[in-house]
Amino acid sequence: MTVERDNVAQRVTRQAAAPQPAPLHEEASARRSKTAHAHGQQHPIGVYLKVWGYLFVLSTMSYLVDYFHVEGVLRPLLIVTFMFLKAGLIVAIFMHMAWERLALIYAILVPPLCLGTLILLMAIESDYTFWTRTIFFGSGP
Amino acid sequence: MTATTSTDTTDIAPPPEGLRSLAADWSSDQEVFKQVHWGKAMMWIFLLSDTFVFSCFLTSYMTMRASTTVPWPNPSEVFALSIGGRPIPLILIAIMTFILISSSGTMAMAVNFAYRRDRLKTTLLMLATAGFGASFVSMQAFEWTKLIVEEGVRPWGNPLGAPQFGSCFFMITGFHGLHVSIGVIYLSIIASKVARGHYEQKGNYEVVEIAGLYWHFVDLVWVFIFALFYLW
Repeated sequence: MTVERDNVAQRVTRQAAAPQPAPLHEEASARRSKTAHAHGQQHPIGVYLKVWGYLFVLSTMSYLVDYFHVEGVLRPLLIVTFMFLKAGLIVAIFMHMAWERLALIYAILVPPLCLGTLILLMAIESDYTFWTRTIFFGSGP
Repeated sequence: MTATTSTDTTDIAPPPEGLRSLAADWSSDQEVFKQVHWGKAMMWIFLLSDTFVFSCFLTSYMTMRASTTVPWPNPSEVFALSIGGRPIPLILIAIMTFILISSSGTMAMAVNFAYRRDRLKTTLLMLATAGFGASFVSMQAFEWTKLIVEEGVRPWGNPLGAPQFGSCFFMITGFHGLHVSIGVIYLSIIASKVARGHYEQKGNYEVVEIAGLYWHFVDLVWVFIFALFYLW
């Protein structure tokens, strides 16, 4: 899959980078925008079918984690791994992020990183609340 | 004159690549998202804001689950269905997951056929996507009914354990179900417009891709809800 994706990505960049023998600037830009419209995110169907299959396999595997009662550290590890693999496939291929320009990729994918701060702060806060409840309400373990 | 034209044709600098293209796009003093339909850029920014909304829900769920001293109900047992007299854990949720993934697959192919200007296949695939979405919502309605009527789960408490379970469940899955319902309506409208040939004059089928972005995002959110709420 990666090989095919690279090929498509290379083709797209090559198309974009191809020197345009342009006698007039307007004509050149008009032609460029026309090709961009005509070719806009055009990829072989096989890529989607493959990703579809991968998503089915990953979902089945994450369901089997629950079905076979995997416990301990392995359980969250497997769940989060499958979750991020699925999310990555959906965003990269189905949502075409792999073929977008870096300006858009960074504008969309960098801001969610600050959510890590929120999650960290709330994890600390919930730990504090848990022990406060345990100590002062005496209903803990 | 001839000299300038010749330099023009030969000196066309190749567009910058990698991080340089990022810097060039943002500093070009023109549009930032080049060769991206404005609707697509705006849909991405809306989805970014929606990411934050769902992240706030999931983070508050994490906070509540980690701070409660009452045992959390085991979702594997709560959402089990007995088929053939034997309880199968989480089976309804698994089916819903596969339905939503399939709808994402048909949507991706609809976008592909839209760019090939195959109106019939695009319409049929979009309607199939909307159909999958509608069946997802109805299965969710079944799940809610079972939880409210049979188990007695309420947003303020439940007989299964921690009262926060009910509020988290109804808030997160309710908001996601609302997104799916809106998506079904959205896709139906675009599909009927494609079928009527509304986009033929301009020949621009980017609207289908934009609708697809929304739909894939709904699937993406479900991936996180499935992993963090149902499987954890």
